[in-house]
Amino acid sequence: MTLAKQDKSARVEALANTRLSDCYQCGKCTAGCPRGDVMDMPPTRVMRAAQIGAIDQAAGSLAVWQCLSCLTCTARCPKSVEVAGVMDAMRQIGVEDNLTNPAAVKVVEFQKAFLRNVRRNGRTNETEMATDFEARYFFRRFDVVNALKTGMLAPKMLARKKLEFKLGSPVKDKALVKRIFDKCDVKL
Amino acid sequence: MKFGYYPGCALHGSSSDYESSVRACLGKLDVQLEELQDWICCGATAAHSINHKLATALPARNLGIAEKMQLTNLFAPCPMCSMELKKASDALQTSEELRAEMTQIVETPVQGSVEVLNLIQVFQQVGYDKIAEVATKKLDVFKPACYYGCLLTRPPKTLKFDDPEDPVSMDELLKKLGAQPVEWNCKTVCCGGGLTLCDEAGVAAMTYRILQNAVDSGANCVVVACPMCEVNLDMRQADAKKLGLSVDVPIFYLTDLVGFALGLDAKALDVNRRFVSIPQEMKNI
Repeated sequence: MTLAKQDKSARVEALANTRLSDCYQCGKCTAGCPRGDVMDMPPTRVMRAAQIGAIDQAAGSLAVWQCLSCLTCTARCPKSVEVAGVMDAMRQIGVEDNLTNPAAVKVVEFQKAFLRNVRRNGRTNETEMATDFEARYFFRRFDVVNALKTGMLAPKMLARKKLEFKLGSPVKDKALVKRIFDKCDVKL
Repeated sequence: MKFGYYPGCALHGSSSDYESSVRACLGKLDVQLEELQDWICCGATAAHSINHKLATALPARNLGIAEKMQLTNLFAPCPMCSMELKKASDALQTSEELRAEMTQIVETPVQGSVEVLNLIQVFQQVGYDKIAEVATKKLDVFKPACYYGCLLTRPPKTLKFDDPEDPVSMDELLKKLGAQPVEWNCKTVCCGGGLTLCDEAGVAAMTYRILQNAVDSGANCVVVACPMCEVNLDMRQADAKKLGLSVDVPIFYLTDLVGFALGLDAKALDVNRRFVSIPQEMKNI
């Protein structure tokens, strides 16, 4: 393995706080993954990619954004590898290095909208966050079907107070929350 | 009995019904909740997906506030929040370097010393026998499928709570109150809640699998202890119907059923705003 590839694997190890060489490719993570059936690169292959330094392929896969972070893989790994942590590392690298799969745009935009909202308010204002997310997603893809479906669901959610226009109780020290985000160097 | 209380964003937003239910139910058990002052979001899936440091910093800020308030424990009814808080507290406790770094980032000293509790652990501290003693009604109309989802038991190394493959703590409590929980296969299978706004088709399939298995196992309702599981299994049930689910499956928070047993009514527990409405015979036990 070239030095560059070793560095890439080391970056994943540091982010996931786990030892990649512990994985012996048994496949148990994929067997129990509730998304294994739809993934282009199931967890076992993401792990192998991480081991051989093929980080760009894994970070650019659709799979890492199809992952729900349910942690079944981590819970069942016979070698106690932080498989879900490796999925997290691949997502972070994908965002930082602009490698995210174009087909994952909806999930990527959702997670970014969530964090933008927390940065601004200190807590999630779900209505504001959902509006930000749906609007940005619409202008990225012009997905009219999705916009209509969302438009039809929104009144039902409002009627059940599942969406509200006010934030329960606002955070007083919002500036502090922004400083925390800045000190962590969050890329949104 | 007194607990520090971290409501989390969902309970102050889309899942305010869960907060009403938690407060009403625990109030009946003489539990006092002291809300964390100026708490902030735990970061949830978005933080650990996009910035690993932020995923520790956001919960660490809350743990620091709890320590400043001299709370010994912190109860978070949302399993996402309680897991993130516990994960951060574990990491802080094991690394002096991280404690120093986080103290600087979150601008308050933080040790990670506060004990983080989920809803079931609060019931356990009150005592199942005591709850059964105070109960005024029997839950015999309920045949719940107790659904633990992902983050009450995972990651097991961090949470050390119940059995990650076959948890029983909810079943045991409801059995004591006269309900007949069913044996079923999907207790800890992810419902897809995290992507309920991003991947409708995928989430519908996951929701269908869980609800159908509950029905096939003889359940007449599903009981959860997570705001995201509740909204997902309830709101996406219409999609599960299109895939073949044949009957309505009412979704309850654990505090709803315990609350019913303690003599609280549907209004006090705020169960009237579900997408799948709760049948009268379950409301008027």
